[in-house]
Amino acid sequence: MSPAPQDIVERALAVPGGAGRGVVVTETSEAVLRWANSTMTTNGHSTARAVSVVALEPVGAGTAAGVVSSGAPVPDLAAVDELVAAARQAARDAGPARDVAALPEPDVDDPGWDEGPAETSIGVFARLADGLAEVLPGPQRHYGFASHDVTTVWLGTSAGVRRRWVQPTGSIELNVKTPDLTSSAWTGASTADFADVDVVALAGEATARLGWGARRVALPAGRYETLLPPSAVADLMLLMVWSMEGRPAQEGRSAFAGPDGPRMGERLGRLPLTLASDPAAPGLEFAPFVSALHSGDGISVFDNGASIRRVDWLRDGAVHELAYSRAEAAEFGTRFAPPGDNLLLTGGSDAGLADLVAGTQRGLLLTCLWYIREVDPATLLLTGLTRDGVYLVEGGEVVAEVEHNFRFNHSPLDVLREATDVGATERTLPREWKDWFTRVAMPPIRVPAFNMSSVSLGR
Amino acid sequence: MAPDRIDPAFRALPLHRLADAALSRARELGATHADVRIERIESQSVDLRDAGVTSVIDATTVGIGVRVVVDGTWGFAAHVELTPERAVATAERAVGVARALAPVARERVERADEPVHAGVEWCSDYAVDPLSVPIADKVALLGDWSRRLLDADGVDHVQAGLAVVRENKFYADLRGTSTVQQRVRTAPGLTATTVDRGNGTFETMSSLAPPAGRGWEYVTGTGWDWDDEIARLPGWLAEKAAAPSVEPGRYDLVIDPSNLWLTIHESVGHATEYDRAIGYEAAYAGTSFATPDLLGSLRYGSERMHVTGDRTVPHGLATVGYDDDGVATTEWDLVRDGVLVGYQLDRTFAPRLGLARSNGCAYADSPHHVPLQRMANVSLRPDPTADRTTDDLIAHVDDGIYIVGDRSWSIDMQRSNFQFTGQRFYRIRNGELAGQLRDVAYQSVTTDFWGSLAAVGGPSTWRLYGAMNCGKGQPGQSAPVGHGCPPALFRQVRVLNTREEAE
Repeated sequence: MSPAPQDIVERALAVPGGAGRGVVVTETSEAVLRWANSTMTTNGHSTARAVSVVALEPVGAGTAAGVVSSGAPVPDLAAVDELVAAARQAARDAGPARDVAALPEPDVDDPGWDEGPAETSIGVFARLADGLAEVLPGPQRHYGFASHDVTTVWLGTSAGVRRRWVQPTGSIELNVKTPDLTSSAWTGASTADFADVDVVALAGEATARLGWGARRVALPAGRYETLLPPSAVADLMLLMVWSMEGRPAQEGRSAFAGPDGPRMGERLGRLPLTLASDPAAPGLEFAPFVSALHSGDGISVFDNGASIRRVDWLRDGAVHELAYSRAEAAEFGTRFAPPGDNLLLTGGSDAGLADLVAGTQRGLLLTCLWYIREVDPATLLLTGLTRDGVYLVEGGEVVAEVEHNFRFNHSPLDVLREATDVGATERTLPREWKDWFTRVAMPPIRVPAFNMSSVSLGR
Repeated sequence: MAPDRIDPAFRALPLHRLADAALSRARELGATHADVRIERIESQSVDLRDAGVTSVIDATTVGIGVRVVVDGTWGFAAHVELTPERAVATAERAVGVARALAPVARERVERADEPVHAGVEWCSDYAVDPLSVPIADKVALLGDWSRRLLDADGVDHVQAGLAVVRENKFYADLRGTSTVQQRVRTAPGLTATTVDRGNGTFETMSSLAPPAGRGWEYVTGTGWDWDDEIARLPGWLAEKAAAPSVEPGRYDLVIDPSNLWLTIHESVGHATEYDRAIGYEAAYAGTSFATPDLLGSLRYGSERMHVTGDRTVPHGLATVGYDDDGVATTEWDLVRDGVLVGYQLDRTFAPRLGLARSNGCAYADSPHHVPLQRMANVSLRPDPTADRTTDDLIAHVDDGIYIVGDRSWSIDMQRSNFQFTGQRFYRIRNGELAGQLRDVAYQSVTTDFWGSLAAVGGPSTWRLYGAMNCGKGQPGQSAPVGHGCPPALFRQVRVLNTREEAE
């Protein structure tokens, strides 16, 4: 019987010596379902625990940090002492850190600290499985994946912080193809508990899109007025916000660097859009405190236990904040701005994607994007593919499916600069980055001349 | 390779006792096949920014995974606890999963035969276990590299990092195969940045050193000339920052192994994974244009294209003695004389292709994950008849570009339309290099690109590259994989200007 997470934290903090310490215990409970060629291929439920010790050690005139993280069983509390010793040695070997800051003092009382781990089970998919049983025997070919994990985090620091957080993360993706595999459609959703997932409706939506393939057209590469649905916008905005660290912008090695320092206040487009991470966003909540197992641009192990606030990366269409650890904020004379685990783009109209289609004379409607990679960090030029459905819109209606995909080359900065229409924000699932990031709410966006660089025959 | 190099702490685990407990229980419960993996994976990463440490992390994964076939259906379960009671309980859970899945599993599992490999051991080829070297030595080495670069003219910032892994794996199955294996990998990284404040621009240059199935000796001079590369990086960076922007169009490309490995990985490696080709990954990583009905007839490239799969090449990141199906590893052809002739397989997929034996591509990245068919080292053969050098290839080009090092990469869902950039791009005029260019990307379609292969370098030009973290599957798994190739000449490939693309 392994010791309780709280006891592991207290034991690790009780080992004498050092300049400070943080301990993070995580317990993850995960259930998955996967299907392909209209048959279930894998399912399962697993649990895992990891114990991580962040040791801060005095070295010479400074302080060093070392991290040891173990997924091995912790049979007794004596084993915790070994982890602490290893982390302390790693810190002394590392030598002085540059992001030294006093560990944050507790600023809230966490009433849930003493509670145990929260769990999921394969039963979370009961309603989904019934829905799939209805959907899979249909004439189309079905492929997809549903995942639900519940991670409980206990964080304790030598400064007295004790925080516990339960993070549910769920998503479902459906890929539906015609029997001859010539047309492919996709729908997806992110969810906390699957109570709000209607797989029959999602499959119906995908099947309706396959219906648009009754007429198929080929189009050349070129610049097209393009309607980016919320999922595609999410993938593009994530790559942008991951480039919004303060240090590279301060040092002139970022798309957010200008000749005179970071491009603070620079307007990206005419629309008053706000891009934010907010730990209190309803339905998209994430841990409101830092638990960092490494330091880097915008993040520091010395910030463990600090409360996370809402950060507006863009506000009213202009660059508003960049990510800084507390040490970096002090170094550059700015405000501590920790990265968050959700992303919200707001400020558009009330229009849904269907309204944007209705307002389109001629353009392309996309489903989602794939294999998106940075081509040039100076402009944030990205390349990638359209995937699982490109549709031709004429006179306010979808009139055909484009019988191929496109490779695009476009910067998310330019998507914002050039956007002529931004609709209503809704919760969505980023197709490309969903393994790492699911809590997003995005609007559909109209871009007047999206750069479709070449035709891809990949389906 | 002395077997006593295997980590004593791993050997000290009750490997056979746990396996016997799990396998006997699985057999009692009606399993027709059962295998047990007990693994310990230790990794360490050290990162420096501008010669100061930013992060030092040590991580360990331990566990036992039990996989069974019951009534023709797979079941899998895993646990971190290494006790006989837990091994039995894990076997019971795996059987339970198989029985629960049976009603929705339409296909019955059939597996290719494999000779029994009883009590065998294998250890990869390295001199010094990279986990045995103190972190302080790693910090000192990366600090020295960083300072040498920072001291050079024009270098404003330096990122340096080192990731090392030691993977211990025990496998045993009901037929009597049992293996104990150990392999290490070492992944150094070094990037110099120059900033032009006045123009609001910056440029980077990274070391071309790939991750390798080597030990600590790799970063001290075996297999890579660090002193030479560190001395030259600042000059290459300065030349790139001042280089003219490329004129887009079609060019003959001479592609160095440091760039071509990634194109091989994406356009041949993933395309010849059998599970992808039959739709198992359709909703996620995608499928393949190279479907099994085209085996033996698909014209993949010119007749100079000969691509092999192997899990045996020394220092290859996918190299191992026995795979996670207990199959002895081997080498085989994927593309011969430019025609698709093979796939990467595990024991479940081999019979579907009518083959009697697997070619050994089963791999799980953790004891807690079920093995998938994962990528072997997929490599392009050098020209066996003429030992042409890179200079010889360049001499065959009137108007072209020589591309060195990888950077940005993207390919479509069927492994067809792709776009790659690189670290350095040299203009070729009249058979000679004529200075660096910048803003180059090449874009093509897999069969067009390989069809334009006009010449490959000889055996002396072949180099092994690779990646630490190739992703596949849902839930995602990460695998190390190696790719060897000579430099090669491709005629009339489309080149884009990445600045113009952004306008």
